[in-house]
Amino acid sequence: MKIYVPQDMASIAVGANRVAAAIAAEAQSRNIPVTIVRNGSRGLFWLEPLVEVATASGRIGYSCVTPADVPSLFESRFFDGGPHPKCVGHVDQIPYLAKQTRFTFARAGLIDPLSLDDYRHHGGGKGLETALSLGPSGIVAAVKESGLRGRGGAGFPTGIKWETVARAAASQKYIVCNADEGDSGTFADRLIMEADPFMLIEGMVIAGIAVGATKGYIYTRSEYPFAIQVMERAIVIARYAGLLGSEIGGSKYEFDLEVRTGAGAYVCGEETSLLESLEGKRGQVRAKPPLPAIHGLFGKPTVINNTISFASVPFILAEGGKAYADVGYGRSRGTMPVQLAGNIKYGGLFECAFGVTLGELVNDIGGGTASGRAVRAVQAGGPLGAYFPTSLFDTPYDYEEFAKRDGLIGHGGLVVFDDTANMAAMARFAMEFCALESCGKCTPCRIGAVRGAETFDKIAAGVEPEKNKALIRDLCETMKFGSLCALGGFTPYPVLSALNHFPEDFVPAPVRRAAE
Amino acid sequence: MSSETEGSVSQIVTKIAEDHQHLEGPLLPILHAIQEQFGFVPQDAEPVLAQALNLTRAEIHGVVSFYHDFRRAPAGRHILKICRAEACQSMGGEANARHLLDKLGLNWGETTPDGRITVEAIYCLGLCATAPSALLDGEPVGRLDAGTLESLAMDAA
Repeated sequence: MKIYVPQDMASIAVGANRVAAAIAAEAQSRNIPVTIVRNGSRGLFWLEPLVEVATASGRIGYSCVTPADVPSLFESRFFDGGPHPKCVGHVDQIPYLAKQTRFTFARAGLIDPLSLDDYRHHGGGKGLETALSLGPSGIVAAVKESGLRGRGGAGFPTGIKWETVARAAASQKYIVCNADEGDSGTFADRLIMEADPFMLIEGMVIAGIAVGATKGYIYTRSEYPFAIQVMERAIVIARYAGLLGSEIGGSKYEFDLEVRTGAGAYVCGEETSLLESLEGKRGQVRAKPPLPAIHGLFGKPTVINNTISFASVPFILAEGGKAYADVGYGRSRGTMPVQLAGNIKYGGLFECAFGVTLGELVNDIGGGTASGRAVRAVQAGGPLGAYFPTSLFDTPYDYEEFAKRDGLIGHGGLVVFDDTANMAAMARFAMEFCALESCGKCTPCRIGAVRGAETFDKIAAGVEPEKNKALIRDLCETMKFGSLCALGGFTPYPVLSALNHFPEDFVPAPVRRAAE
Repeated sequence: MSSETEGSVSQIVTKIAEDHQHLEGPLLPILHAIQEQFGFVPQDAEPVLAQALNLTRAEIHGVVSFYHDFRRAPAGRHILKICRAEACQSMGGEANARHLLDKLGLNWGETTPDGRITVEAIYCLGLCATAPSALLDGEPVGRLDAGTLESLAMDAA
């Protein structure tokens, strides 16, 4: 009998390894033969550790399992799907999961991440098969037809990027996966690497074939040790199975991959800074143009895409660009793995078609706050994303609609705050974080962020608050239009949204006391 | 540092550099390997690397000092990295961390006088739906409160 205990980093953080060990020990002492499969997470993190058992009627789940629950689980014959207070029934019927449109995360949590058989049994590898039959121009056409846009946040059409690199003539081209997922509130890249690594490999191989690149890098974070380990093992397995190396799948194409680890610099999530870092340099931003598509890694034409973008490609090739483009909203086609995080009751990954509203995501799907208090603000799109008040909860999840409300969807993270949040402190934190992580290349970011944090301290201390608030707005203007990259350029989003939507938090403490 | 250990730093660093020579842009993997070996990146490693990679000492120093991960001195026996990013803040992570730092009498990045534990800030572990979280000697821990964070730090012998 098969028992699934997740081993993604979040499940381990809430005790999954101890649960797996307890199940193994209990099974042995009861002389019950069990096979423990360490799957990735389904992304329903509030239920982790979610132990699943395979039964004739499908997978049955037991949520928030602790080692202390294990003896009673065996008493209840959980291995046959027996009743127990922690039983959540058929996992694929849990509404949170059943309501999703899982194009990209279809296998997450379902399979053993390092079993190629499992991967293929659940549809893996079909994208590459189609890609090999279509050839480079056919692949680019399918990706263009899908309408896929860069999932790192910029939203640039992936197919056009690939076409540019395909047309560039060079002795060497590169595929680089930006898995430097540093945005707070995001974990989709981590989950792809830990739950379904072959999908990322497949997506990058397809990109290599499409543009004529033979070498790829996955640049990820030192904060993701488990993802690095799984990815590296998956690459070895893929190489052994002929999915990497020369004559891929018996074809004339060759492609190989390497994982590289960053060193704690948030700015390396910016694509040109990432390329510098990959070259072994300080992660300082490059001025654009030239674009990485023309002059990228080591000066060669380079496709640099986000992890989710590459991971979306196998589905697009397997099912056709149209199947992907058929869902969505406006110019945002396909699905987005929205990551519900922070102070939220049902935190996890929710992959759905674009167009769902922010309010539906936070309240209907996410269940409101974890603390049970009122929602005050939602930061959408990481530390450089705007704080949305509940009055903007009718905003459809879409690149353009978010932009119209001075926000961005970024990499798909939503961090919920309850009514105890101090938005002036959050605005100051945005400046502080920018100062901490600035690469130092351009002045608006390097100096602006430091001065911004200082100016917030003056406002809090009651030093000419109105004048200093005007100064912050002026500074944000300079940072937005004068910075080289999104770090300095987008820090104004959280700062100005906090100022605009929560002005009451920016009244200096002595004044606030007097008013009360 | 004695001449004997200097010699061994130089030898070990040279060996690490050689082991990574086949890579394109090998400096970051080399620095990670050096930190893995010594627990920090010794000052003495910089001229050795400059020589091995045909770069200037300034270039090596510039890279080592750019990245938050690379330490210039040994840390405590245990390293506790506490997430200070927004998702953990939304779940009270800052107050938990403040409580612990006060208890230990430390500021961010400092080590207890007995060398037992170093407490560092980290910005996002990707455990944002099981916040607040931390990493103790590489082991992730989520759903922390002030009490569990404190015992995590105190129980590390």
